[in-house]
Parts: sequence; structure tokens; C-alpha cells
Amino acid sequence: MSLILDKINYYYGKGTAFETAALKNISLTIPDGEFIGLIGHTGSGKSTLIQHMNGLIKADSGSIYFNGQDIYDKDFKMTELRRKVGLVFQYPEHQLFEATVIKDVLYGPTNMGLDKLKAEVLAYGSLRAVGISEDLLDASPFELSGGQKRRVAIAGILAMNPEILILDEPTAGLDPMGRFEILNLLKAIHEAKGITVILVSHSMEDVAEFAERLIVIDDGEIKYDDEPRKVFAHAEDLRKMGLEVPQCTELMGRLADRGLDVDRNCLTIDEAVESILNGNRRK
Amino acid sequence: MLRDLTIGQYYPVESVIHRLDPRTKFLGTIIFIVALFLFKTFWGFLLAGGFIVSIIALAKLPPKYVLKGMRPIIFLLLFMMIFNLLLTPGEVIGEWWIFSVTKEGIYSALFMGLRLIMLVLGSSIMTYTTTPNNLTSGMESVFGFLKVFKVPVHELAMMVSIALRFIPILMEETNKIMKAQQARGADFETGGPIKRAKALIPILVPLFVSAFRRAGELAEAMEARCYHGGDGRTKMKPLKYHKRDLVAYLVLVGIVVGEIFIP
Repeated sequence: MSLILDKINYYYGKGTAFETAALKNISLTIPDGEFIGLIGHTGSGKSTLIQHMNGLIKADSGSIYFNGQDIYDKDFKMTELRRKVGLVFQYPEHQLFEATVIKDVLYGPTNMGLDKLKAEVLAYGSLRAVGISEDLLDASPFELSGGQKRRVAIAGILAMNPEILILDEPTAGLDPMGRFEILNLLKAIHEAKGITVILVSHSMEDVAEFAERLIVIDDGEIKYDDEPRKVFAHAEDLRKMGLEVPQCTELMGRLADRGLDVDRNCLTIDEAVESILNGNRRK
Repeated sequence: MLRDLTIGQYYPVESVIHRLDPRTKFLGTIIFIVALFLFKTFWGFLLAGGFIVSIIALAKLPPKYVLKGMRPIIFLLLFMMIFNLLLTPGEVIGEWWIFSVTKEGIYSALFMGLRLIMLVLGSSIMTYTTTPNNLTSGMESVFGFLKVFKVPVHELAMMVSIALRFIPILMEETNKIMKAQQARGADFETGGPIKRAKALIPILVPLFVSAFRRAGELAEAMEARCYHGGDGRTKMKPLKYHKRDLVAYLVLVGIVVGEIFIP
């Protein structure tokens, strides 16, 4: 069970004077159960890349295999792929349309052709998973707060029971609290259901804490595909691509430059505190 | 699919047509449309057709792009031509069931079609070569005399330019929403007409919500900059006629005179 991208190329404005390469020779393997961070500057091609993963955009060349099947095969069921690779777009709350929260979440499972009971079980389950309380089920989605709307929209995708969950900038436009809630929610879903999560972001802070693997994309090409710690070791290169390392890593790097005995590869505040205290103790 | 709609969109290149005063282009389009209904023979068509082709070339518009913009009117065009072809009385050439094709019918269908094509081409060249801002100032100035009759000219022109400006934005929004719903298993292509119409609801509701949200945001942004309508409003770049505008008007008068006197 995996998603494999093999030498994907995609051009914008194919056949016109404006033709530009959006993705250049992208090859990726996404095995089951990973928590992957996909980062890149605005316009680096990350949104285009994830839309290839559930077949919304067709590559100009290259192939994609989902669980061993070629998704560009004539017999391949694209609807099945869209169900199993759940894609949460940027500002997903803009796609809400139903009269009540529960009806909106039911849209996906109903489209899958599930009977009412099964669909409702999935919908209730996913709403609970994203932390929407039951008294909101019959409220209009347009009356909710921004963070709640986003969680309902994520539940709409979760209710299709995907094997891979891709989220495009799920924390964009949220306050720190909302951001924290969404990220922890993703972690909890990842751990509870064992599904693959691909978190797309331009913020290193977002991905540093949770991702096991970090893919850096710049100008349509994969620049790094490694553990976060190893990727952040290339701080200078990342800066050139318009990306920052997490503030903690930045701070520890500067402390180390000044000759302090600390680990410059810390990703979180906890690790940084630990490393500074240890450094002191050694003295 | 929707991205292909090019009609009414500004096409940014440098050309003498782009630099013309928007008033010249606006009045010129009207004059050209009048001229279109003056000719009755093939030679008149040749003159108008030659004129429009040379304008497209002068404006450095890619022909493919311009033709793509004609796509939305194909249905109307065929509809009109078929009715003209079948329902014009005159010298009968062929008959089929209750319809009869006449010589006059062919003639009228052909010229009607050509006129409609050139009419749409002419007016879309104006929008291809004029930024929405300039178009607004042009329209405001051309229709300025209506202010005497208490017509809110400035406000109407502003509304038109905002509408034009928002076409590509809403288009992109539609695309995004369609993709988002497709990711949730929506299917817009199969099923009968009722099922397909129903499938549009998940697109239309978010689209309207976002259109209203954008309208609200725009109104607030305008108010925050103290926009209060046309009264006493001055322009940073007032419209000014140049020599090239005089040349353009002379060419247009030439076209009209030509269309009147060509046999």
C-alpha cells in the first residue's frame, strides 16, 4: 500500500507562449503511515504536486502508482483514488455549502455511494475526531467560528476514510491557538488511525514538530527529502529558497556560533531547553 | 474549461492600439458597429473584415486568443444563422419537410453571421486592449453628458469596471471550488439534467458566499480610502487626446464613408 510518483512533469499553459514548467521530474515514494511535511516557497509547485496525488491534475509525462496500480490506466477508477487520497485544500472552509454541519460532512461519504447508516457513522466519527461537539451538528456551517469551520471541512474529508490525508496549508489564517489545535488534531488522527499524513506548508515551525520526513520543493524540483533534522542542517540553502529554519534551530545555531556548548540541531523549544541545561551542567 | 473564457479580458502587450485613448476606442467601436450595418455587398464586407484583421495585427493580439474568445457566441451564431436560412421568404432553391431554403435566406444568414462575428470581435478588441481602469474613465467621459439628466455615470462606470475586474477572480474561485468538491467525490459529468443541475449546488453556494464576502471586503476597502462616488473626484491621469487618436478617427470616418459608397 503506497503512492509512487515516477518522473512527473507538468507544464502551465501547455502549447502557449506562456508555457512554464511547474513540476520537473518529480519522483517520490510515499509508504504507509508516514507523517510527511512538504515545504516550499509560494509558487514552488507544492499545490500542483499534491493535486497530482489524487488525480485532479494529470501529469504531462510520468506515471503515478497507487497500491501498485497505474492511475492513468483506462480501467483505473479515479473516484476510488480521490476517496483514498483525501485532499484538504487551502481555506477548506470556503467549500462548505450545506444547511447543517452534519449534512455537509455527509456529502463525501454519500458521493462514495455508501448507504445512509454507514455514511452517518463515518460522519459522526470524523466530527468527533476533529473535536466538533454534538450540539453543533445541526447548526449552519456558516455560523461557526473560523477554526470550527476549518475543522468541519477537514471532517468532511476524513469522513471518506482516506488512507492518505493531504492538507494544503491547514493552519493558514488561524491564530496561534487555532494553529496549535489543528496540528495536534492531525497528530492525533495520524496516531489513532495510522493513516499517512502529508502536511503542506511554507512554515517550518508547523512541520518541524510533527513530521518524520521532510520534502523540500523549490522551483518545481525536489531539493531535499530527508529527516527534518538533516534538512534543517542546510539552513543557508533553505534561506536561499526563501524558507526559514524553525526559530529554535536558528537561535541554537547562533548560540553555537558564539561558542556555547549546545546542540545546533534542536527542532523544538523543549529540546532547546534540554540542550542548554545540559551544556551548563557540563561546565 | 472555464479558464478558456477570454472575452472581455485585458491582454497586456505594448501596441499603438493599446496606447489609444479609451474614448477613441469606445466611440470607435460604436462607429465601427454602425458601419457594419451599412454594407450590403461582398466588397463592403471585405473592407470591414480587412479593417478588423489589421487592427488585431496592430494590437499584437494572438489570433488564436481572439478566436478563443468567440467560443461563447457560437451557439447564438448558429441559432441565428439557421433561422435566417430557413425562414427568409424569396426565391426557393431547395425544400425539406416544412422548411425551404431560399437564395435570400442564404444571403441573409451569411451576412448576419459575419456581422455578428465582426461586432463581437470589434467590441472585444476594445476590452482586450484597454485596462479596466482606462475603460471606466473612457466610459465615464463619453457618457458624461448624461449627468445633466441625473444619471449616476461615474457609479455605473465604476460598477462595470469592477465587474470586469472580477471575472478572472471568480473564474479562478469556481475552478478551486470545483476541485475541492471533486476531492470529496463530486461528479459533474454523468447523470441526467436534474442530477447535473443538483451537482452544481455544491459549487454555486460557496461561489455566492465568496462573491458576497469579496464584495463586502472591497466595499470596506473603498470606504477606508474615503471613496464617496464621483462628485468632486479628480483623476491622477486625466485622459488626453494625442495625434494618434486623430488618425484613428480619420480612419474610422474613412471606413464609414467607404461602407456607404461601396456598391
